[in-house]
Amino acid sequence: MTGTILTPGSRVGAETMEKAARGRSLWDDARRRLLRNRAAVGGMIVLGLLVLAAIIGPYFTPYAYDQINKDHVWAPPLTQGHLLGADSLGRDLLARLLTGLRVSLAIGLVATTVSLIIGVAWGAIAGYLGGRIDEIMMRVVDVLYSLPFIFFVILLMVTFGSNIILIFVAIGAVEWLTMSRIVRGQTLSLKHKEFVEAARAAGLGDGGIIAKHIIPNLLGPVVVYVTLTIPAVILAESFLSFLGLGVQPPMASLGTLIANGAQDMELAWWLLVFPSLTMVVTLMSFNFIGDGLRDAIDPKDR
Amino acid sequence: MLRFIGRRLLIAIPTLFLVITVAFFMMRAAPGSPFDGDRKLSPEIEANVMAKYGMDRPLLEQYGAYLAGVVQGDLGPSLKYKDKTVLQILQENYRVSLTLGLSSIILATVIGVSLGVLAALRQNQTTDYVVMTIAILGVCIPTFVTAPVLVLVIASKLGWLPSAGWNGGALPNLILPIVVLTLPQVAIISRLTRAGMVEVLRSNYIRTARAKGLPENRIVRRHALRAAILPLVSYLGPAAAGLITGSLVVEKIFNLPGLGKFFVISALQRDYTVVMGMVIFYAALILILNLIADLLHAVLDPRVRLS
Repeated sequence: MTGTILTPGSRVGAETMEKAARGRSLWDDARRRLLRNRAAVGGMIVLGLLVLAAIIGPYFTPYAYDQINKDHVWAPPLTQGHLLGADSLGRDLLARLLTGLRVSLAIGLVATTVSLIIGVAWGAIAGYLGGRIDEIMMRVVDVLYSLPFIFFVILLMVTFGSNIILIFVAIGAVEWLTMSRIVRGQTLSLKHKEFVEAARAAGLGDGGIIAKHIIPNLLGPVVVYVTLTIPAVILAESFLSFLGLGVQPPMASLGTLIANGAQDMELAWWLLVFPSLTMVVTLMSFNFIGDGLRDAIDPKDR
Repeated sequence: MLRFIGRRLLIAIPTLFLVITVAFFMMRAAPGSPFDGDRKLSPEIEANVMAKYGMDRPLLEQYGAYLAGVVQGDLGPSLKYKDKTVLQILQENYRVSLTLGLSSIILATVIGVSLGVLAALRQNQTTDYVVMTIAILGVCIPTFVTAPVLVLVIASKLGWLPSAGWNGGALPNLILPIVVLTLPQVAIISRLTRAGMVEVLRSNYIRTARAKGLPENRIVRRHALRAAILPLVSYLGPAAAGLITGSLVVEKIFNLPGLGKFFVISALQRDYTVVMGMVIFYAALILILNLIADLLHAVLDPRVRLS
């Protein structure tokens, strides 16, 4: 405090007052808290590098991911131009790993977007309309919850055959349930909050209330949940691939690479170790970012 | 209490009914039939086989007949495993899955709660950081990574434990699968417990208990823990679902004769009745666990009124 004396009619200190009144927005605060969180920042840097590697990496490997070379079968790491070794068909593990990472990240992103769209729409409609409709819509979610997820996806896969777009949609269509519950709960409680009433009393219209008060408060938990859904989706796809229902060869995902590595692990440890490490590092960076975001955005847990 | 259980069971029936309906029609919408073998059946034989299982009738009629059977506890014959009913398949194989699932959830709860409480009591000290690191690792290392790595190191290289097989449920065969299933659950449970505990320890009634001069031990055990594990209780349902997917992978890697195998294979082979049996079994399991979770909730938290 500068100790400015405020006299009626004086403009002295008005600037300070205005600045104080404007305050720091919710998002400024959140960003500051997020950037102070070392684990989250580390997660973001690692994830950035992984994404970069997945996007441009495949163009720089000496071999293509599906290039079979029978002279290089089970070449150990650092031999015959294979930085990470080669697999049972002599395919370069580095190239396959980068492609697999690309596929897994893409699945995570697309399937999460699908779940985001369905979940937010479903939850917001149920929460906003309330009453009977809300009850029926949430009953549907309950029922879908009691279907074992894996069964649902397996059914979708056998119904439509396993292709990569279907994997996106199938996993996204399953993962929206929690999202809809979160959004509904938030909408319900936000509708009746004092600050919404206060904003209304102060003369703010419905549009303004939704834009300035409901959505920012809804967005926090949703963003947090999105960062935690992406690794869940990557995991789900890997489970499917592990059971032979996911991405089909010669295409690769982290899940198929780990599954193949597990089969050949007695002969070629690198086929199991490098994909597993990549998987773990990817999941960890997402989780660190998600946890950091939750601490930064959700005021309850501060 | 009894009325509450009765009501919840009544609500569970339409839920189960809906689950059966969705699964039935999704399964039937899939192309292919259980009788598509390597050899193509002649049309007459196929028609006969279809007639034998009542699959020549209209779909809605089959659905009605199936529901009628389920109500009487008859899940029908398997279409692929000759001379076996779905109930027999369930009875013969549930034991492996149940043993694995129950032991790992009990083990995970005991270890997870202890670690979580320890971390909360030593908040922001080394113990706390160690436990939370374990928790993060447990969440981020999936079962299909831990399982092969443990098999490679402990079974193949060191030869301490068998790498696969059931062997009539002998303990050495069980250790690795249970460890693999338990680790991620320990991670989640210890995180939930720590979060709950940290919040509860800050609350007014704990301060009151401290002011009364109760020993720390008693405060933690009698007062704090009870409230702190409430979020954990709600996790029971999802945990069961997680164990199901986990056991699919674990049963495959360790070559165990559990239910998981039938789930995938039967769906791929269009063994309609077996798939339906699995769905009903798992859905009922999750519904029952959710009911137990609600009851525990009411027992632990007197503010919750069963209605």
